[in-house]
Amino acid sequence: MDILSMFEHTFMIRALIIGIPVSLCASLLGVSLVLKRYSMIGDGLSHVGFGALAIASAFNLTPLPVAIPVVVISAFLLLRISENSKIKGDSAIALISSSALAIGVTVATLRNGMNTDISNYLFGSIVATSDFDAIWSVCLSGIVIILLRIFYNKIFAVTFDENFSKATGIKVNFYNTVIAILTALTVVLGMRIMGTLLISSLIIFPALSAMQVCKTFRQVIVTSAILSVICFFIGISVSYTAGTPVGASIVLANLTAFVIFTVVKNIVSH
Amino acid sequence: MLSVLRCNNVTMSYDGNTVFKDLNFEIHRGDYLCIVGENGSGKSTLMKGILGLRSASYGEFIFGDGLQQTEIGYLPQQTGIQKDFPASVWEVVLSGRLNKKKFLGFYNKEDKKIAWENMEKIGIPSLKKRCYRELSGGQQQRVLLARALCSAEKLILLDEPVVGLDPVATAQMYTIIKNLNQNDNMTVIMVSHDIISAVNYASHILHLSVSGEIFFGTTQEYQHSELGSRFLYHNCHCDDCEKHKLKHIHQSKP
Ligand SMILES: Nc1ncnc2c1ncn2[C@@H]1O[C@H](COP(=O)(O)OP(=O)(O)O)[C@@H](O)[C@H]1O
Ligand SMILES: [Mg+2]
Repeated sequence: MDILSMFEHTFMIRALIIGIPVSLCASLLGVSLVLKRYSMIGDGLSHVGFGALAIASAFNLTPLPVAIPVVVISAFLLLRISENSKIKGDSAIALISSSALAIGVTVATLRNGMNTDISNYLFGSIVATSDFDAIWSVCLSGIVIILLRIFYNKIFAVTFDENFSKATGIKVNFYNTVIAILTALTVVLGMRIMGTLLISSLIIFPALSAMQVCKTFRQVIVTSAILSVICFFIGISVSYTAGTPVGASIVLANLTAFVIFTVVKNIVSH
Repeated sequence: MLSVLRCNNVTMSYDGNTVFKDLNFEIHRGDYLCIVGENGSGKSTLMKGILGLRSASYGEFIFGDGLQQTEIGYLPQQTGIQKDFPASVWEVVLSGRLNKKKFLGFYNKEDKKIAWENMEKIGIPSLKKRCYRELSGGQQQRVLLARALCSAEKLILLDEPVVGLDPVATAQMYTIIKNLNQNDNMTVIMVSHDIISAVNYASHILHLSVSGEIFFGTTQEYQHSELGSRFLYHNCHCDDCEKHKLKHIHQSKP
């Protein structure tokens, strides 16, 4: 199959329009989340997002307007939990995520059986997205990127040394909340394509790969953003030509990049 | 005279375990306070209390003399939290200027100038482009001091600033802090293990101890106090010190 032919399909174009900005946001936020040891929040949010989407679909509601507020509120809660105690926070997030997943599956099954909607939410799909999703995705990603640009230095400071920032009068809670809300938006948007079970890799992988070789925060941010978009594109192309599941293909592209970066790092340091 | 910081009957604890109790002291602009005491006596905990990173279980810290939190600089005790953080020295030092920014966080020319001047003051201009995580412990400490200087205007708090520094860098660190205190009229609060230097440089001493004994006063008073004469092992033969020594010898007899 010819790769270029993928641009002839509306659903592929739509997938790119949704996916590229979302991968960009995910990778930018990912740097901060990974460094703050908050990666679990992304995972927890995606499960809550699944619960919300499944319930919305069971009652024939438009998915995004239901999922976004639910996930944003959960982001507040998860952040508070992780702040209060680092170790117990992990288990609390795991409890919340599996409960949300269970509630979603149960409600959806009781209403109309395990249908393709549910499976799409779990593993992602390109055909299931709508124009409405695409518009939301572009607008929200735009907002996320603008806010990240505006708060870039503050987010660096809060990520690098939260105590110093707090001690010298920076509103640390405000910036942590901004990060959590932006993550919530990104997770909900990305879930449609990546699936609940795979979306957190979009957040974690590019940042981890970039951290292998980069020496400054700016380099990490830029590298992980570029890497994320490239991997998304490779993943979706492979999925289109080889018929592999889209979310999984993108994760595998990211995994390959991670392995390459790790090898490069080890060669360079020897 | 208004005090910069008043510590009012403060008790601090972790999960019900009291670290120190009923602490009272007061410092004024231009004072140089050294907090000394054994490991675990609560020096870092007190720093966190002053900075609002941990709340007191009883009592309160009161800032005065128009001091704002955004005029404070802080050098945390090396903990290794940021051990594998990818950041350049320049990014770290510059971030000390952020508390002067209301909402947005864009650096202007002045911020860069001040950051650069502070790096020169500490003697680390050559590290500007280096990766923070690849520096030695002592170099990292100096980078964090430069950052603290960027945010400090009236008060600077330093938690064990000379740990991990070589003798030359240690002397340099003390000189920098002394100049800051004397030339820029910066109020200094420093935690230190190095009791000899503490007595040499500080104007006031706060001595915490695991047993709960507390001393606060001027350095002069400290040298002849019970805790002071016991910790300094000096050869002062004034009446007070002789009395403390006698008492100590009696106590330590089986
Ligand atoms: N995060 C913490 N949780 C529980 N106990 C702590 C914590 N931090 C310090 N402590 C305890 O409080 C006491 C004082 O610690 P700290 O203020 O770090 O002492 P110092 O800085 O004087 O060596 C110690 O007994 C220590 O074990
Ligand atoms: Mg300490």
